[in-house]
Amino acid sequence: MDSELNIGIYKKKKQQRKQLIEAGIIIAIALIFAIILPIVLPAFRLRLFGRFLALTIVALGIDLIWGYTGLLSLGHGIFFALGGYAIAMHLKLQIPEGQLPDFFTLYGVNKLPWFWQPFYSFPFTLVALVVIPGIVAGLLGYLVFRNRIKGVYFSILTQAALLVFFNFFNGQQKLINGTNGLKTDTERIFDLLVSSATVQRTFYILTVIFLVLIYLFCRWLTSGRFGRLLIAIRDDETRVRFSGYDPTGFKVLVFAISGAIAGIAGALYTVQTGIITPAIMQVAFSIEMVIWVAVGGRGTLIGAIIGTLLVRLAQTFLSERFPQVWLFFQGALFLTVVTVLPNGIVGWFKDYAWQKVQFLLGLRQPLVTYPQIEEDPAIQREREQLTRE
Amino acid sequence: MSALIEGLFNGISIGSVLLIAALGLAIVFGLMGVINLAHGELMMLGAYSTFVVQNVFKPLGEPWFELYILFSLPVAFIVSALVGLALERGVIRFLYGRPLETLLATWGVSLILRQFVRSVNWLLVISIAVFCLFFFGGMTILKRRSNWERIRNWAITILLVISSGIAIAVGFLIDRVGQIALTKPWFSARNVDVTAPTWLRGGLKVLGFQMPYARLFIIALTIICLLGVYWFLNRSTWGLRIRAVTQNRSMSACLGIPTAKVDALTFALGSGLAGIAGCAVSLLGSVGPNTGQNYIVDTFMVVVVGGVGNLFGTVVAGLSIGIINYLIGSGTLALIFTSMEGFKPLVDFFLFFATSSMAKVMVFALIIAFLQVKPAGLFPQKGRTAEL
Repeated sequence: MDSELNIGIYKKKKQQRKQLIEAGIIIAIALIFAIILPIVLPAFRLRLFGRFLALTIVALGIDLIWGYTGLLSLGHGIFFALGGYAIAMHLKLQIPEGQLPDFFTLYGVNKLPWFWQPFYSFPFTLVALVVIPGIVAGLLGYLVFRNRIKGVYFSILTQAALLVFFNFFNGQQKLINGTNGLKTDTERIFDLLVSSATVQRTFYILTVIFLVLIYLFCRWLTSGRFGRLLIAIRDDETRVRFSGYDPTGFKVLVFAISGAIAGIAGALYTVQTGIITPAIMQVAFSIEMVIWVAVGGRGTLIGAIIGTLLVRLAQTFLSERFPQVWLFFQGALFLTVVTVLPNGIVGWFKDYAWQKVQFLLGLRQPLVTYPQIEEDPAIQREREQLTRE
Repeated sequence: MSALIEGLFNGISIGSVLLIAALGLAIVFGLMGVINLAHGELMMLGAYSTFVVQNVFKPLGEPWFELYILFSLPVAFIVSALVGLALERGVIRFLYGRPLETLLATWGVSLILRQFVRSVNWLLVISIAVFCLFFFGGMTILKRRSNWERIRNWAITILLVISSGIAIAVGFLIDRVGQIALTKPWFSARNVDVTAPTWLRGGLKVLGFQMPYARLFIIALTIICLLGVYWFLNRSTWGLRIRAVTQNRSMSACLGIPTAKVDALTFALGSGLAGIAGCAVSLLGSVGPNTGQNYIVDTFMVVVVGGVGNLFGTVVAGLSIGIINYLIGSGTLALIFTSMEGFKPLVDFFLFFATSSMAKVMVFALIIAFLQVKPAGLFPQKGRTAEL
């Protein structure tokens, strides 16, 4: 009894130390990103890198629903675009009272459409770019999950929803400027030009801060009971239901959270790109988001970030040099990741490479049995007793 | 009234294109639970093979050129079926039981096929042939060794590297020699046009509106394909096996049905049907590398609404989605309500959706509403599994 208590305290201490180390590493990396990179990189590259970091935020959201809950959404472009449009609409309205954003006059619209009105206010916009994608995601999720539609059905329904939103935004010139999208680069925020270097650097640092915050949020979400429930839904939803839980609510909630995260990412991405168009809701882009997570390793949050950065960097490099090869490369990436590296880079490292390194360094003896059994103190005690006898 | 009939005809013709495209997808989905995102690209391959057949028949002169479309149908079927077979044997077979991963893998294949059509030239074909020669040749030689199972992973990795290295080297060598004819792309990224033979141009005049022969041809083709598939599934031995595996895979395997062969055959059949659909689509407009993308989401919706394991469900779903899409998109519904009194808000409502892209918004909303009532499609499979 006494020893068990000790083990409990020891475990807790070990866990606390691990958490402290992790927090230290995260803060260190964030500081490198936020302080050193803006000095080292030229403004153009910094803006590009800031966009990549914004995309890692979506990847975190996708990892939450795909890696942990097993829901493959091919329609995250919707929520991404909704967040982007919310901030772009606010920036478009930074004009003298009574004037309309310039594109309206092209289509002969004299009155601001009703849904533009609240975007005059900055706090409303900040709330909207999280809440609107969240509500849309929650509604879509509710309508689908309550009928126990899942798996591939869910994926292609999200894809169809994406196409529908794309068509809608594309077709409505009079409401949101259709195909041309909303340009934010030439607008002003707090009386500063959005595309100016100071504003862009602020946005970059904001992106890093949000990335850290959302990472910690996802970390908190997935490490507790909620996270375990999500994994249970992924692995055997029927059993979760038979254990007395209703998975629908949890799935809707996590899908809504993921949508809200995508909304934040979309807003950050839009202000650093300088324009948002319905093209952001193309089918290909949303599937790409999934492959970032798959490359990094789903079910590991850090993998989503690493995967996004790696794939995007490879894409900039390859499509600058050999534009023809990029699609071949991307296709091959999809195939190899799915067939050879189902757990992604981080998963491979955890399951295979790290152990290999440990063996080579002599830190750990090769295990014949299941690792948890080997490390369990109770079993070790039993073994000692057995050998003594 | 005649507007309604015209709407119905156009709707049916759109629906029949959807149906012929969704037929292969529905069979494959029913059997293996796999959604093939490369289905659209298999259609595109069918359309391109129609284009090639047309170019082959062009120098043959009048009587032959008129009939090229009939020859291009089997060619399109075979080309797509072979690509589908390779896809199943090479990729999908390893991913059974992981439908979401299959979705991603087939998307990868569709990206590759799209770029392949854009940049295919003799050089690329030669390089691929060299690669296949070394890779599969090396595999067959190594497979004879007694310790094959042990060295398998390493052997495949090394062979892959060596043979792709040789293939790239050969490609560079030929490129250096500088044969322009070899490096000229076959199709390039631009769209190509398939000219319909003269007997498919023009149309049949009925009740004051024209029914284009090309549309009628597609409707007829769809009916023939449906009958053929129905016959194959319900009257032939392999069809019986396919139905058995669809209903209960493990039980069928226990009873000695070669499920792996059934899977491969079904996938090839589904892909071949995509090829025929591509051939039909090529009559409607120009064909480009992205042709397939225009159809896939709609065909998926047909499969979702139709449910699995029942051809009739697919037929009803395809036709009704086509008709509703056309009636809303062309503004026929708005027109009908205008003629009646007191429906002003309804007219405005339908006018708002009266473009082909907005009609898709409406149809999607209807599909979601429909799934609230019947989540497993029109004719769900009956069974006692808990997984419903």
